[in-house]
Amino acid sequence: MPDFMDTGAINMRIAVLSGKGGTGKTLVSVNLAAVSRESIYLDCDVEEPNGHLFFKPEGIQEEEISVKIPKVDNELCNGCRKCVDFCKFNALAYIKNKMIVFDEVCHSCGGCILVCPQKAVTEKEKVIGKVQKGASEQVAIYTGILNTGEASGIPIIKKLLSEENAQASKQIIIDCPPGSACIVMESIKDADYCILVAEPTLFGVHNLNMVYDLVKLFNKPFGVVLNKCLEEENPAEKFCLENSIKILGRIPFDNELGTLNSNAEIAVNKDEKYRELFSSLLNTVTKEVQHETTTNP
Amino acid sequence: MKQLLILSGKGGTGKTTIAGAFIKLTDAKAYADCDVDAPNLHLITRWNAEPAKTDYYGLPKAEINPELCTQCDQCRQNCWFDAISIDEKYKVDPFACEGCGVCEYVCPVEAIAMIPAVAGKLMLYSDGEKVFSTAQLKMGSGTSGMLVTEVKRQMKSAAVDTGLAIIDGSPGIGCPVIASLSGVDMVLIVAEPSISGISDMERIINTAEKFGTKIAVCINKYDTNIENTKRIEEFCIKKGLPFIGSIPFDSNAVKAINNGQTIVDIDCTSGTAVKEVYHKTMNLLFEKGCG
Repeated sequence: MPDFMDTGAINMRIAVLSGKGGTGKTLVSVNLAAVSRESIYLDCDVEEPNGHLFFKPEGIQEEEISVKIPKVDNELCNGCRKCVDFCKFNALAYIKNKMIVFDEVCHSCGGCILVCPQKAVTEKEKVIGKVQKGASEQVAIYTGILNTGEASGIPIIKKLLSEENAQASKQIIIDCPPGSACIVMESIKDADYCILVAEPTLFGVHNLNMVYDLVKLFNKPFGVVLNKCLEEENPAEKFCLENSIKILGRIPFDNELGTLNSNAEIAVNKDEKYRELFSSLLNTVTKEVQHETTTNP
Repeated sequence: MKQLLILSGKGGTGKTTIAGAFIKLTDAKAYADCDVDAPNLHLITRWNAEPAKTDYYGLPKAEINPELCTQCDQCRQNCWFDAISIDEKYKVDPFACEGCGVCEYVCPVEAIAMIPAVAGKLMLYSDGEKVFSTAQLKMGSGTSGMLVTEVKRQMKSAAVDTGLAIIDGSPGIGCPVIASLSGVDMVLIVAEPSISGISDMERIINTAEKFGTKIAVCINKYDTNIENTKRIEEFCIKKGLPFIGSIPFDSNAVKAINNGQTIVDIDCTSGTAVKEVYHKTMNLLFEKGCG
């Protein structure tokens, strides 16, 4: 067994995000979780969860996640359309003397149930996805999976983030979805530290700028990992220097790492040089978090 | 107008790079960037003029007037989004509020009003011949699907009668993707030969199939993992999906992008390969019986 990083008793919740997709969030998250002494990996990219493909967790337990949607009793409904008028999401229609619910656009606000004077609308559960729990060596893996055709994975993320509270003494790595919309905000809400993963392209910088604004807005301590670094000029690095953003580490663009990653192998378990790279990155992040907790307790 | 949507499931497989190339090759008169969460297409389509900008209002946000509030707690109890909290006074978390209006409805003293909120910015580039519709969602906003619909509407209403519109999509399978799928004639999936890329490709194909949209698949950076490339080709054969080409990894592509150019603006291997994918896509899109 290799030595694991000793991060002390500190309980860190580290969110990994990027704005742009495909910059290496999962690469960084998976490998950081794998070099930790004891860790929990939370895959909040519920639309396209991939971390489990790397960890191949065992002892899988599944829990279905559902939301509440309206159920209409057409015997009781008198066609007053109060619910149709109330629904801001246009999820209800009264067609041919019958109430129709468009499940996929319903936002589960409960308004129609409240406004119905006939008590014809009640709630029912609709499964939108699941949370899978499993383990791979010292890493506990929690994966949120949104069913295809469903619009919002936020209820799954909420469930994921409430899960790990029971095991607070472990290091928690949160693999976030791309972008900077509500779903990302939900994922970083309770994070102690944010790692922004950036790639050296104009696209990468433009989207890095967006998540940079997001972590500033939420007042989260953060730093940047530069991924796919080449010899040439790195616009993402330039952006960090110009904005005095802490650069936590650099991951080189190399074919070996690319191949390992594309085959869903965990690089730190395959090659000592990658173990050193990610151990040192985790060390840097730990120091940053400790610094934050002493300066902003 | 035939609408071609470019999607990938996984992020970073090359949607925008390929969309940019297609726009150049076809000299598109109408195109849109529906990745409102992280738009990038404007970086390589070279418009000199500033776009016309309009504020995009999502659903309104609730606001509680503390002067009128009697702290009856009805709003907090009835909010299914946990958007209302008590911190001496009752207040609404604007990021959690989805604008459903339940709190306004239950408040017995009319202390709650729904206030219009800007949720993003719509941008329209136009020179009388071509139009490019794009938008930027405000950070942390939750109405990306509705904004995507607006981006497409803006493109259609501004475009002169043209045969083809090219739409760059967003990663994932959720609301912005679902909104971008509606009404398009064909989806081109840009796959990446990694285990993650294959998993995500299967999920986006599954999603697009639910909408009954015509699908074709191409692979970007195919030579980074030949075995996985073969797997994707086999998957397409098994599913009966047209597989229309492979684009090699090309460091010149990064250079082009970083210069604000498309890969067909310079002489490079990825540019050559994308031309073939483009021709096959056009054949499929305009063949009889489509759309």
